[in-house]
Formats: sequence, C-alpha cells, structure tokens
Amino acid sequence: MDLVKSYRQELQLIRRPWTRFWVAFLLLLLLALPCYAPGYVAHTAALIFIYIIGVLGQNLLIGYTGQISFGQAGFLAIGAFTFGHLSRMGVPWPAGLLCAGIAAGIFGVLVGFPSLRLKGPYLAIATMGFGIAVYQVFVNSEWLSGGRMGLIVPSVPPFGLSETLFNYYFNLLFAALFTLLTYNIMSSYMGRAFVAIRDNEIAAEVMGVSLTRYKLIAFAISSFYMGIMGGLYGLFLGYLEPNMFTFAESITIFVAVIIGGLAAVEGSIMGAAFVILIPQVFSSCKEMVPAIFGVTIILILIFEPMGLYGRWFKIRLYFRNWPYR
Amino acid sequence: MTQFLQYAMGGLATGSIYALVALGLALIYRSTRILNFAHGDITTAGAFVAVALLGIGLPFALAFGAALLSGTLIAILFYFCVLVPAQRREATQLSQIILTLGLGLILQSLIAYFGGHEPQPFPFPLSDIEIYGVGGIVISQLSLGILGTALLACLLFYLLVQKTRLGLAMRATSENLPSAQTMGIPTRRILAFSWGMAALLGVIAGLFLAPLLLLDPFYMLEPFLKGFAAAILGGLNSLPGAIVGGLILGVSEALAGGYISIAFKNTLAFLIIIAVLLIRPEGLLGRKFVERV
Repeated sequence: MDLVKSYRQELQLIRRPWTRFWVAFLLLLLLALPCYAPGYVAHTAALIFIYIIGVLGQNLLIGYTGQISFGQAGFLAIGAFTFGHLSRMGVPWPAGLLCAGIAAGIFGVLVGFPSLRLKGPYLAIATMGFGIAVYQVFVNSEWLSGGRMGLIVPSVPPFGLSETLFNYYFNLLFAALFTLLTYNIMSSYMGRAFVAIRDNEIAAEVMGVSLTRYKLIAFAISSFYMGIMGGLYGLFLGYLEPNMFTFAESITIFVAVIIGGLAAVEGSIMGAAFVILIPQVFSSCKEMVPAIFGVTIILILIFEPMGLYGRWFKIRLYFRNWPYR
Repeated sequence: MTQFLQYAMGGLATGSIYALVALGLALIYRSTRILNFAHGDITTAGAFVAVALLGIGLPFALAFGAALLSGTLIAILFYFCVLVPAQRREATQLSQIILTLGLGLILQSLIAYFGGHEPQPFPFPLSDIEIYGVGGIVISQLSLGILGTALLACLLFYLLVQKTRLGLAMRATSENLPSAQTMGIPTRRILAFSWGMAALLGVIAGLFLAPLLLLDPFYMLEPFLKGFAAAILGGLNSLPGAIVGGLILGVSEALAGGYISIAFKNTLAFLIIIAVLLIRPEGLLGRKFVERV
C-alpha cells in the first residue's frame, strides 16, 4: 500500500497521477462505449451497472460490516415493486426511485433488529427466511405482484435518445454515483465503525462505537442500495414478476460479492460483471452456470480469499515493485 | 377429536422426515460449527442416483443402498477435498459456510444437467393409496413406513452416539476439538464420519419423501428449509432437540394447514424460525452460547 502522510491524503480517492490517468481513460472508454460496440454490449453493460449497485450494497453489509445476509432478493423485490406501483400511479421517476430505496431501507432496519442478537449462521438463516417470506407474499397476493401477467412498469421518456443508449447512460450515471457514495461512506466515521464491528464487536463497543446504531445503519444502507437496484431493474426490464426475486437471486448477488472480493469496492464491480457475463458466455449450457459459480467460489475461498480484487491487487503490486519481490 | 388425531398423525409422518433432515444439520453444526447449505442438494443427488439405477433395472434394495452410499461419499469427499484444505488456510467460519453453498450450487447444476428439469415420479415399493384404519384414524402404508423408518434411524443413531466408542469419540470431538486431539482421537476421520452420517440421514429422508412429491432438481429445497426450522426450534447444537423440533414442526404444520388455511402451512416454518431466534435463540433443548472476550 501507499504511505499515507496526512488525513487529507487518506481521504483522497486517487493518490497517484498515473491512477488518475487510467481512471479517466477507463471512464472515457465507458462513455464512448455505445459508439464503437454493438447494441447488445451496451445492453449487457447496462445490466452490469444495475447489478453493481446491489453488489456494492451487499458488500457494505457482508464485506465491511461482517453481517451475513441471504435475503437480498427480498429487499430487491420490495424496491422493485414499490417503484413499479408508484410509477403506475404517475409519480415521477426520481421520487419513485427514492421511495423504492427508502421502502427497502425501512424493511432493512426491521430485519436488522434481529441482527443485534444473532450472529453468523443464525443471522444467515433469519435473513434467508425473510427473503423467502417476501417472495411468498408477492407470489400469493395478486394486487401486489400485478397478477399472472406481471407488473408493467411505464418507461421514462428517454430525452431524445434511443432506448439502449438511454438505458446505458442512465444506469452508468447511477452506478458511478453509488460507487462514489460507497467510497465516501467507507472513508467516513461510519465506514470505520462498520469495519470495527466486523473485526471485533466487543472491541468496537469498548472504543465507543454504538453497535445497535451502526448495525442498523449498515442494514438500512445495504437495503437502500438494493431498493434502488430494484427500481432501476424494473425500469430497465419494463415489467416485474415475483419469480425474478427467488432465493437464487440472493445467491447470485452473494456470489458476486464473494467472487469480486469482500470489502473492496472495485471487487464489487468485478463481481457484478462476473455474474452477468458468465451466464451470457455459457448461454449454450445454462445448467452449468451454477456449477461454474460454485467451483469459482470454492477455488476463491481456498486460494484467494480476497477474490478477484485480491488477485488484481497482487498483480498491480508485482508490477509496481517490479525488479524486486 | 378424530379429525385432530388424523391431522396429528399425518403431521407426525412429515415431521419425522423433517426430524431426519434436522438431525443431519444439527450433527454437522454441532461438530464443526458449519451450517450445511448443501444438505438438501446432497440428498437430491442421492435420490437421483437411485432413480438412475432403478431406470436400468436394478432391484430396489440395491438402488437404495447405492443412493445412501453416494450421498455419504459426496459429503466425505467434500470434507476431505474442500473443507480440510480451507481449514489449513485458516478459513473463517463464515467462509466455510459459503463453501457448502458452493457445493450446493455445483450439485444443483450437475443434477439438472444429468437428471433433467422435468419432474418425474419416483417408483417406491410402499403404496400411498393403501391405507390402514385404527379407531377412525387412517394412515397410509407409505406414512407408516416413513414413520417406522425414521424412528428406527433415530434409535440406531442414538445407540451409535451414546453407546459406542465411535459415538464417544464423536461427542468428544464436538465438545472440544483440541482436547479430543490431545486424547489421541483421530478427529479428522471422526469429523469426516460425522459428515457422512449426516448425509446418510438426509438421503434416507429424501428417498422416503420422493414418492410423496415429484422428483425434480429442487424438490428438497422446501423440506430442507423446514429441516432448518426444525433444527433451530430444537436447538442447533442438540441432537434430541432436532428430533423433537422436527416432530413439533410437522404436527403444528399439519394442524395449521387443517384448521387455519393451507396457504399458511408453508409460512409457518419461517414464522417459527423468526420467533425462536428472537425469543430463545438457543432453541428448546439447546445450550446457551456465551461469548468470551
């Protein structure tokens, strides 16, 4: 790691001029992507951007705060259907999106309460129960889920852009916003409190971190992210049905966090790309996709617990100190 | 009253399956502190092996035995090939749980690849239609078989854990791993045996459940979650608790389905999980866990 000399420097997102150059280059490349890539690439990229938001939220909870959750699909469903119903009622999309995030966040706090008493495996089961219960509620009540045909979400007027182009830039904007937000959360007092809770709850409490408050905040923020992702997902697809939000969806997001790397923002981006791209690449044998996820998880947890980000970090370090080891 | 007893009887039969699933989960949790998320998938793999062997015309007993053996082997192989290397690299408890999730995903897709997604019936020697009546209560041959087998399995398992040297070693290993090692117990082999036993119990439950449902790659998901609920109700680190929890869950589910609403039946398990975790996280028969600084 770099040597940090001042607090100001610690707060800086980018510390080296060359990193600045590469990040700017990458951003330009992303901004110009629809110009040189075919339409389906932009479409897939938009989906990756949507997933980045959810994976970041899940990473805040699992990677940074150390609270496991298998119920993310529940928050996703709550956000998506809140957004869907609100936009059908004619609420403008920014307000609808905000409400989707907030509704999911409120449920996040409600689920967070048991997390104050539960740890590790017990919390995993409680959140898993929540996720499946939400799914069953949506399946069993037609007025919530929009019935057998699903809920049609009216699309946003695309500012004179074509649909693919609009989806691409719209979701790129949100993914970039939430990535920045996550960086800033993690370098604030709150982020440090999360990490302290993960590393040792009792020590954190002794140092004056309120466990109740910060665990609940972690759940609220994480599910807020999921809610926003749900809203964007609904907008992107144009319709919603409960079967999009099964336990498998929770697992997909969870897998993205593990494969990308726990407690790494860049890792979340890589993980989101991984879980979207793998099914696309292996679309000819769909049955094998979970097996690829499973094998990757096992290999990563045994050989590279920091995930893809850890590997990337090591490669970078190797080249940075090149002649030396 | 007859109706009540009838519901309770049906509940006991399903409850005994939940008890077998819960017993496997509790056994693994107790000895390794790992929640086995692949339990349902190991069971499904066993059932599909049985179907495949029955398909090529093997007698039922042989297919049954092969199913049990394959489930056990999967669990033992997973322990030696994945968990032990992970533990050597100091994997945390959380990442060991995630490893079982990975195994579950792999098994799921292998089953879907080789077994197909189509639901298929499972040929079984006991019939669902033939019924016996005792004082107004009827019980099908299949339910009777399930109940008998489950109770027999529980009894044998109890004798194994409480009355044999192997069981003593298992109890010592789960009680305190380092001191068990110091006493010369081959803990790694004992733990592998525990994983195998847990899978065996799970496959028994799965094979007896298969004729009640149609066999597809996800048919064990719900019974597996119910088994979870049962294990938590009884206390995750208590073996008798798992049996008691399974039976209570089965009976209360049947009663809720009969008297309140059939839609409520499936939600009950999750309500039980959440209520138990909030009120008494250690479960009915479990021991309270205390964290030391």
